[in-house]
Amino acid sequence: MPKDSGIGASSKRREDVRFLTGAGNYTDDINIRGQAYVYFLRSDIAHGRIKSIDTSAAEAMPGVVRVFTGKDFEGVSGMPCGWEVTDKHGAPMQEPPHPILAQGKVRHVGDPIAAVVADSLEQARDAAEAIDVDIEELPAVLDMKAAAEEGAPLVHDDLKNNICYDWQLGEADDDKVNEVFANAAHVTTLELVNNRLVANPMEPRVAVAEYSRGTDEYTLYTTSQNPHVIRLLMCAFVLGLPEHKVRVVAPDVGGGFGTKIFHYAEEAFCTFAAKACNRPVKWTASRSEAFMSDAQGRDHVSKIELALDADNNFVGLRTHTYANLGAYLSTFSSSVPTWLHGTLMAGNYKTPVIQVNVRAMFTNTVPVDAYRGAGRPEATYQLERVIDKAARELGVDPVALRRQNFITQFPYDTPVALTYDTGDYNGTMDKLEQAADFAGFPARRAESEARGKLRGLGVNCYIEACGIAPSNIVGMLGARAGLYDAATVRVNATGSISVMVGAHSHGQGHETAFPQVVADMIGIDESMVEIVHGDTSKIPFGMGTYGSRSLAVCGSAMVKATEKVIEKAKKIAAHLLEASEADIELKDGQFTVAGTDKSVAWGDVTLTAYVPHNFPLEVEPGLEETAFYDPANFTFPAGAYACEVEVDPETGQVTIERFTAADDFGNIINPMIVDGQVHGGIGQGIGQALLENCVYDENGQLLSASFMDYAMPRADDVPFYTVDHSSQTPCTHNPLGVKGCGEAGAIGSPPAVVNAVIDALQSGGKAVDHIDMPVSPSRVWAAMNS
Amino acid sequence: MTQVSMTVNGKTVSGDVEGRTLLSSFLRDHLSLTGTHVGCDTAQCGACVVHVNGEAVKSCNMLALEADGAEVGTIEGQANPDGSLNVIQQAFQDHHGLQCGFCTPGMVMSAAALLKENPRPTEAEIRKYLEGNLCRCTGYHNIVKAIMAASGQDVSHIAAE
Repeated sequence: MPKDSGIGASSKRREDVRFLTGAGNYTDDINIRGQAYVYFLRSDIAHGRIKSIDTSAAEAMPGVVRVFTGKDFEGVSGMPCGWEVTDKHGAPMQEPPHPILAQGKVRHVGDPIAAVVADSLEQARDAAEAIDVDIEELPAVLDMKAAAEEGAPLVHDDLKNNICYDWQLGEADDDKVNEVFANAAHVTTLELVNNRLVANPMEPRVAVAEYSRGTDEYTLYTTSQNPHVIRLLMCAFVLGLPEHKVRVVAPDVGGGFGTKIFHYAEEAFCTFAAKACNRPVKWTASRSEAFMSDAQGRDHVSKIELALDADNNFVGLRTHTYANLGAYLSTFSSSVPTWLHGTLMAGNYKTPVIQVNVRAMFTNTVPVDAYRGAGRPEATYQLERVIDKAARELGVDPVALRRQNFITQFPYDTPVALTYDTGDYNGTMDKLEQAADFAGFPARRAESEARGKLRGLGVNCYIEACGIAPSNIVGMLGARAGLYDAATVRVNATGSISVMVGAHSHGQGHETAFPQVVADMIGIDESMVEIVHGDTSKIPFGMGTYGSRSLAVCGSAMVKATEKVIEKAKKIAAHLLEASEADIELKDGQFTVAGTDKSVAWGDVTLTAYVPHNFPLEVEPGLEETAFYDPANFTFPAGAYACEVEVDPETGQVTIERFTAADDFGNIINPMIVDGQVHGGIGQGIGQALLENCVYDENGQLLSASFMDYAMPRADDVPFYTVDHSSQTPCTHNPLGVKGCGEAGAIGSPPAVVNAVIDALQSGGKAVDHIDMPVSPSRVWAAMNS
Repeated sequence: MTQVSMTVNGKTVSGDVEGRTLLSSFLRDHLSLTGTHVGCDTAQCGACVVHVNGEAVKSCNMLALEADGAEVGTIEGQANPDGSLNVIQQAFQDHHGLQCGFCTPGMVMSAAALLKENPRPTEAEIRKYLEGNLCRCTGYHNIVKAIMAASGQDVSHIAAE
């Protein structure tokens, strides 16, 4: 019987009412009296040396307040990278400067060269056209392998080459790995591309900054997933401002998907310019700007080799990946191809020997950083594609081959640095087989074939490391931040509760799901609990929302703080009931003396906390507690996905007929919201597999720079999905037993789609064993007819 | 600057605009009706859909002056007179048809226009009609389901909320 409130209930989202009535408050909805507007003049050349910038004509244009160039930021630190990766020889990664406005060179199309602040956006834009920039064009560095060669043009003149780092994880002894492969009964090799994507949250980025001369205080409103992180980075590493004088607010944010984690130059610029111009300044990205300036995702070129013994057991895995970082190191870019990718190469399988090699490259393209899944989709895609190929080469059932190699004992130490605490991969696969109706597939295939279509079934598994992350571990791995989170539970005198959380909700429904937990713990109505997020002036601290961490990390802090509140409230209740604190029980909002009918209501205790006439002298008045929570381990959501496609052999058109996800997220707070998160992830995964591709031409021009050219999934590109999360092995190390669900769909779905397409083509007698994503009609047709 | 007048959500409004002022910026910047969102610059995303004389229109693709004298409806005018959510809005909440909420105003306005011309659309008809409305959060599942529910169709057979 589904619950109707509290933990496990599909409570309707309270935030929906404002979004459905136009009453949301997104950053672009914020206007400050007297504000000026910023327009960034961006490079239309991928790589070039700036010979001169003449802003005099622009400065004389109507309405222009001031024109800034890189010169105005000499002596100001550039944008920092939050993760120092150590290469396989023990040396730190090469870390070039990333100026707020270009200095000396432009390094990608969209690199900001100058910024015009004017009374209106139109005036700023008109004036930017009057800026005279002389740039000597240089050869663009684009192909990653060519960029690694001796003598290749350098993206950063001060670096020794274009390689940020050569990194390795797992078995370091090449001879041992070679021996495993030499002795294998079968080796399957696959070279593949994980296509570059643009995150494209529907709300473009915006920054509005103001400065008060009277108090020397700054306020930055920005489209961020983590306002405290932005404040910390901007104050401590970029502008050198006192943190207590800077307030960062991320109000309603229209989707993030990773690309709104990072600290961007535009945020620092607006904050700087608000003081320099002594006016509030506002910048709103156009979608075209978003394509050229939001950190992009994926872009790996990999070779993966899987070794199997004569009984089809996985005995070795080796990967070589080129990872594109773009022109500059975005905030967490260096961690994505390494610690968020290499560590996941074991997948759900007990492969004893694994070696992961990653070479990260600078190129003249937009920086690349975390996008939904961040490294884990790249790992899953390689692994699940090579397993599928191996099954086809060996003539065995792809599901059976997976089952045979599943990890079944927990905890399990992988050869790539993780300890999986719990899981039930066979149980989850059982759920998938049922939910996806594998038994009915032959009949569906026959029906498709009768209509002249090829039908394929693709299956894959995934595992992800979420709930990032234990600070001591990530610190050892190079993170320059701790990844705990914090919550304050403030109980008001009348018993209602404000919970200030460091997580940020930009679609995940925290305002609904988090109160379900607190209300359930106390036994009061959910409507009595409100979540406050997104404002550094209201919340003690927080590391924000990404890596499917909000509930697992911040939710745990919230539980801890609520426990502290209850503990104190019990002291007050014991005093009021003239009983021992140890005998007080809290249930359904009533404090009761165990074994008696003596009780006092939640609201009476909270009122007493603030009107402490009859109060235990050793207890402080008030009822407010803060807790920080640093996770003991990552969480490990895992699942099995199935996709059925139809391929039109005449045109190569692929249609998704059925898509089924079976996920193990551990315990679930709000099933409706969890399903929605999975749906969204699948939508993006199907987008990557079939439609989306970020393409640069040979000169570094971004060809897919609008929704006209970058194929976002639309409503008629996808089917209804079937989502099953009844396989539940609770996380063993956080209080709610939750694992996180935000990224699973995007991680698990691309290989299912491609596996299904290959299955369809092979069922039609086509000797096709791989097609790179996006599996567009032209690529499918070419593969079928080559 | 030219004066423009129109009726927005039943109220007569006017303002001085440049020739290049878009209807979307007139609504957002002049009238502070910020429920209408702008998510792209190529008339693709549909976050800015409003009703002009009863038709769904991308307000980023129409000049304010072109709407002179028109009846304009925006998301702010969609709720029932008592302030409660209308049938479509309520279905979006009931079926979790929105996450970040940015595309939502356009989705609701498009759905209203669809149901006006086709009161009981099939799943395929809904998906086809929404081609001009991008959503990055929901994978469209619950949006399509919500619109089917708003049209009075039984959606209990559609897997998962």
